[in-house]
Amino acid sequence: MDNLTFGITMLICGMGGTILTLWIMSLVMGLLGKLFPVKPEKKEA
Amino acid sequence: MADAIINGIGGLTVGFQMLAVDWRNGIMLIVGFVLLYLGIKKDCEPLLLVPIGFGCILVNIPLSDVMSQEGFIRAIYDAGIVTELFPLLIFIGIGAMTDFGPVLAQPSTFLLGAAGQFGIFLTLLLALALGFPQLDAVSIGIIGACDGPTAIYVTSKYAPHLLGAVSVAAYSYMSLVPIIQPPIMRLLTTKKERMTVMKAVAKPVSKTTKILFPLVITILGGLIAPKGLPLLGTIMLGNLMRESGVVSRLTKASENEIANVVTLFLGLCIGATMVGSAFVKAQTLIILGLGFVAICLDTVCGVCMGKVMRVVTGGKVNPLIGAAGISAFPMAARVVQKEGAKWNKKSYLLMHAMGANAGGQIGSVVAAAVMLSVLAGMGIIR
Repeated sequence: MDNLTFGITMLICGMGGTILTLWIMSLVMGLLGKLFPVKPEKKEA
Repeated sequence: MADAIINGIGGLTVGFQMLAVDWRNGIMLIVGFVLLYLGIKKDCEPLLLVPIGFGCILVNIPLSDVMSQEGFIRAIYDAGIVTELFPLLIFIGIGAMTDFGPVLAQPSTFLLGAAGQFGIFLTLLLALALGFPQLDAVSIGIIGACDGPTAIYVTSKYAPHLLGAVSVAAYSYMSLVPIIQPPIMRLLTTKKERMTVMKAVAKPVSKTTKILFPLVITILGGLIAPKGLPLLGTIMLGNLMRESGVVSRLTKASENEIANVVTLFLGLCIGATMVGSAFVKAQTLIILGLGFVAICLDTVCGVCMGKVMRVVTGGKVNPLIGAAGISAFPMAARVVQKEGAKWNKKSYLLMHAMGANAGGQIGSVVAAAVMLSVLAGMGIIR
């Protein structure tokens, strides 16, 4: 594979893959935060 | 008998003679002293620069056999670098030390962590343009991860002959983040943008979320980029131990004893790769230059992503926090806080920047993992 093809492929797949992976992770983390919110502490009577 | 005495004395002077024969060893002895000076006197990453500097001196003393087949550093090198064990053990410690709470409180800061990695790929292109072979270019680009263990992991695997230059560049520039970043941040932002006050992050994160985080990231990251699973898995194992709170002995051992011992061995091994004949080349200077460019590009892309987020949120984001989207944790976040406070005393960016910085920590590992999986997909590595 020539350097130009290699470089452009790495740029597109690498940068795209990184941003896509982290975006998916941010969505999943947002979802987890909603599924498991902080429970308010119960006050003792 | 006289001959025997002369030969005996000759045996004591051969080191000096050899030093005169190969001047590059002399240069590297000076480099070793400079690294020690930076570590001891200037407090630049001393935990690494001191063993690296000393390893560099040890290996460049003529006729030194520390890296020969029976040498003691060679034994450590084979056990920990060739096997890729040392960077992974360091990652367990990093995971155990890092609180990912700020990024969990604001998951959108993951995107700043992604933008902070673009320097990797842009530098890879530059290295290719300068004629470096493809896997060498990958290893040079990874300096832009601004993450020592990631750089060592990738370089030791695919371009071990560049390990010394890449590691020194990665760790040196990491310690120079407070000097490198502020001018770029000022250049790319307007005064109004820099003065933006961001609302405090008040959203608490539940313990369940913090425990599920390393598990979900490992599985998700492993499915997308399996080649980088050792990197992602070890940092997340450390974090799971930290957040679970039930293995405090293991957590403490990971962030103290294990990390300290491995850091010592890792530094010595890196220093020992800096042999004069292999290191004193124009190529090394080019690698150091490209490493600098990589970190500048990370900062540029991070700040630009911060500007995009500012537009999307209608001016609520201070783009300076984008500069924290690199892996130098928590140094980059502190730089952002300091720079923000310089322009607006009411501006308190630390928690937002910590989110971006924690995102950058994961981002650098994800970028390396993605890169390795793309390379495997293209059939360049197995």
